[in-house]
Amino acid sequence: MVDLALSIPVKFRDQKNPMYAQLVETGTSAVKSLEAMDPQERAFQERINAGIKIEPKDWMPEAYRKTLVRQISQHAHSEYVGMLPEGNWISRAPSLKRKAILLAKVQDEAGHALYLYSAAETLGVTRDQLYADLLSGKAKYSSIFNYPTLSWADIGAIGWLVDGSAIVNQIPICRCSFGPYARAMVRVCKEESFHQRQGFDIMLTLARGTPEQKRMAQDSLNRWWWPSLAMHGPADGHSVNSAQSMAWKIKQHSNDELRQKFIDQTVPQAEFLGLTIPDDKLKWNAATGHYDFGEIDWEDFFRVVKGLGPCNRERLAARNKAWDEGAWFREALSAHADKYRPEQKAA
Amino acid sequence: MSDNAVRREWPLWEIFIRSQHGLAHKHVGSLHAADGASAISHARDVYTRRNEGVSIWAVRAADIVASSPGDKEALFDPAQSKVYRHPTFFPTPDGVKNL
Repeated sequence: MVDLALSIPVKFRDQKNPMYAQLVETGTSAVKSLEAMDPQERAFQERINAGIKIEPKDWMPEAYRKTLVRQISQHAHSEYVGMLPEGNWISRAPSLKRKAILLAKVQDEAGHALYLYSAAETLGVTRDQLYADLLSGKAKYSSIFNYPTLSWADIGAIGWLVDGSAIVNQIPICRCSFGPYARAMVRVCKEESFHQRQGFDIMLTLARGTPEQKRMAQDSLNRWWWPSLAMHGPADGHSVNSAQSMAWKIKQHSNDELRQKFIDQTVPQAEFLGLTIPDDKLKWNAATGHYDFGEIDWEDFFRVVKGLGPCNRERLAARNKAWDEGAWFREALSAHADKYRPEQKAA
Repeated sequence: MSDNAVRREWPLWEIFIRSQHGLAHKHVGSLHAADGASAISHARDVYTRRNEGVSIWAVRAADIVASSPGDKEALFDPAQSKVYRHPTFFPTPDGVKNL
């Protein structure tokens, strides 16, 4: 297998990069030993080590709180922006059934964003501040949503590959140390399973359709395969951020482990579909019990993370437009609530 | 984003759903809404998309009084030494029924 740590440009090597939350800094320079901690922090770390959840009102190190705010809010932004590539095909879904399913899926993504924003808010940040950071471009979201959805097959590929990757990444977060984040993930994972299956169902229908439909499915797989591998993030290497997140049980598996798991479970599915994964180095390795695979283009990944992907500007512009054009409606609801509040109190 | 950033944020509501008749309402999450009616409406959209509920309660988060983690020992430790509050504390002699 390629040593991914060496394929990453030096300037990026110390950046931790989990999935829907990218480039999360922990603000620590070294992971402290229990002996080096003051009694309060030691008690906190011992609770985590014992598998006891941390709840919002519990004492926590400031760096733990900040890391979680960054990670959970970026995860929320990813769900929120993730509605856009798929929303692109609601009006053009090939049948009423597919349209209803896609609407339900996109509505789920809005729900996922809401569960996650709510979890972040328990750490003392406001929803409006989180939105403001997204809309101004200050906050990051997953690079995967900055690629365009060019055909209907892309809706299948996103469900199958992107949501498939998300499930691999998110199942361990159901056991993360922070209670509200873990609980939000349990809900999210239940719904992601529907997303992945509906995506596979679209791919299967196309793969068994006309030669043109099968070509469309193959073209989509060709475009989404590598971004789906890259979205797991570069190898953790010796990143302090990763080590710290692992010690805090915010992160439990390395990016490479999760990527490998995704590849191992997805290759047989592609074979079932009769589609070819666009990697001539992809090969079953009986010695390791895993698939070997080719090199990921990390320069492209970081270009997209830095805002230079095909759709970065379009995505942020769409979110800003929705926020600005919805202002009158939010204000009207507030005005209505103010007008009727006295009656509610009297009742 | 213009002056919207400094708008008054809608209050936070905690949402409780009763999944079936006969069960208690259970906390499922929270959301922002301008008033109670819209909190119920949003809760219906967010938390009952898959037949999760037959009834919704929305409570302003600001109105909830919660115990503090610092009071945990004072509040809950006394119960630990009172094992006799559980029926299993008392051995039942063989042959005694309906106890």
